[in-house]
Amino acid sequence: MAAYILRRLGYSTFVLWGALTIVFASIRLAPGDPAQLMLGTDASAQDVAALRQRLGLDRPIPIQYGRYLLDALRLDFGSSLRLDQPALQAVAERLGATAQLAASAMLLAVLVSFPLGIWAALRPRSIVDGIVSVLSLLGQSVPGFWLGIMFILLFARQLRWLPSAGSESWLHLVLPAVTLALPLVGVLTRLVRSGLLDVLHEDYIRTARAKGLTPRSVVSRHALLNTLIPIITLIGLQLGHLLGGAVIVETVFAWPGVGRLLVEAITNRDYPLVQAAILMVTTGFILINFLVDLSYGYLDPRVRLR
Amino acid sequence: MSTGLRSPSHGGAPAAVSAQSPAAAALPASSARSERGRRQQLRLVLSAIPLGLFILFAAVGPLLMPYDPVTVRTGERLKPPGEQTRDGARAWLGTDQVGRDLLAQVLQGARISLLVGISTVAIAGLLGIAAGIIAGYYGGLLDGFLMRLADVQLGFPSILLAILIAAVLGPSVTNVIITLSLTRWVTYARVARASTLVAKERDFVTAARALGARDGRLLGRHILPSIIAPWAVIATVEVGLVIIAEASLSFLGLGTPPDQPSWGLIVANGRAYLNTAWWISTMPGLALSLVVISVGIFGDRLRDYLDPRFAGTV
Repeated sequence: MAAYILRRLGYSTFVLWGALTIVFASIRLAPGDPAQLMLGTDASAQDVAALRQRLGLDRPIPIQYGRYLLDALRLDFGSSLRLDQPALQAVAERLGATAQLAASAMLLAVLVSFPLGIWAALRPRSIVDGIVSVLSLLGQSVPGFWLGIMFILLFARQLRWLPSAGSESWLHLVLPAVTLALPLVGVLTRLVRSGLLDVLHEDYIRTARAKGLTPRSVVSRHALLNTLIPIITLIGLQLGHLLGGAVIVETVFAWPGVGRLLVEAITNRDYPLVQAAILMVTTGFILINFLVDLSYGYLDPRVRLR
Repeated sequence: MSTGLRSPSHGGAPAAVSAQSPAAAALPASSARSERGRRQQLRLVLSAIPLGLFILFAAVGPLLMPYDPVTVRTGERLKPPGEQTRDGARAWLGTDQVGRDLLAQVLQGARISLLVGISTVAIAGLLGIAAGIIAGYYGGLLDGFLMRLADVQLGFPSILLAILIAAVLGPSVTNVIITLSLTRWVTYARVARASTLVAKERDFVTAARALGARDGRLLGRHILPSIIAPWAVIATVEVGLVIIAEASLSFLGLGTPPDQPSWGLIVANGRAYLNTAWWISTMPGLALSLVVISVGIFGDRLRDYLDPRFAGTV
């Protein structure tokens, strides 16, 4: 077990290093001088030269890369060019809002899709099953940014039930969380349904039924637990997409999270902030998947972690 | 993952699709003879109709529109759908904040979506399949390198990588295609590698090798064909995902430039007019959703058709 954790940790470090390298390469290898791009075309040559020196862009690429990795190791991403504070601090201040949004969306998706998926699995080819199929197709096909705007039109402008922008109260959380959760509901419901359908044919389910257990306990104790592993895996993977989707949903609903910060930073060409934001989100994603891997052994004793 | 789960969304597809064995996927002909096979063929053809219409609209629509989608006409600002313009024409989907006809814009946007969708799937597909076949066939260091690169890329939420590359490259249709190709090759590479690993151990490949066939012939004549069926299914799913990704980038202002309004950009433009002109943001998003839904349905039917084992599971 310890060896497994070590190996996964080493692997996560590798992926993180790769992510750092990709971020470094995309900014340095792109056409144009990053300092010039950051300051805009009307900046004076002196200002550009000063920024180049401040960011170390006047040095050879390998040295830049080495310094960049060392700085990243010390969690030093430099100062944001616009916000006048360390990039990491700016990101950390927004992390809470994004975590709140992503966690609410995930919770909502789980709360809706488990009952729906179970219901659909117990009555395959029924109306419920059909509705679930349609819902999941819609959830995966309708783009989040447009769905969010449609929600604003309907619930904020037309019905005036909910606020459309900001984060002052929990009411502000409702529309962004629902928008973010909807694609997930489709995917999760389908997975719960198909996982259960597979398991329900197993011998031990027949045995459980034959023992006279109530259908409720057959499903919850015997069937559902055995479908959890693929579901947890998917939840881990989806959290990454949730973080990505949060970029767009936060922009639509003016939710003050990392995603919106990232979009602003990109519009302002604030590269230190862009780096810090992307790396924090990626680290979060890698960490979550690491924890998901570790949970397999706990959920299913048959899985031996080596 | 054993039933037909359509792609969970970005990046999650390979597990579901690669789980199919290429052996079953490569044999549509035998199933097509049965009654069920014929029904599936019919379902496949029917589901292709909305897609065909979309391609038709994208191809000829802009030619039929009486005026240029980017012409500014201040006298015709914010006309609701169906209202007549001054020259007697009808703005079926309304006009936007500077009087441009929304239907004309949506048709123009269809072109961009189609162009980006098909080019990206072609480029990412070629890159990914080449990488996957080479990695799977030759193995060794190259395999290790390519697959670790794939791992790193999947370690990123794919939209973040796209945002990063698109921001660095600047807004243009070509750059969107480059960005999305770079972020989406991984899926194809993984599936192609998995199929190659299976295919290269199969008897007919061993036999061909024993007869003295060289690597090039083995890859081209024997291994590549076994990848076509899973590729076709992934490619269809990917077209939908790529179209959404393009629209999302454009929505954030990182996709197409303002003089080439794609659907995402028009939706973004309409955000400032939600109180007065709901149709600006609504119409292009509706078109986008309908197209992606039809792609999704077609993808499901195609999978059922190519791999009968999955028929009717979802």
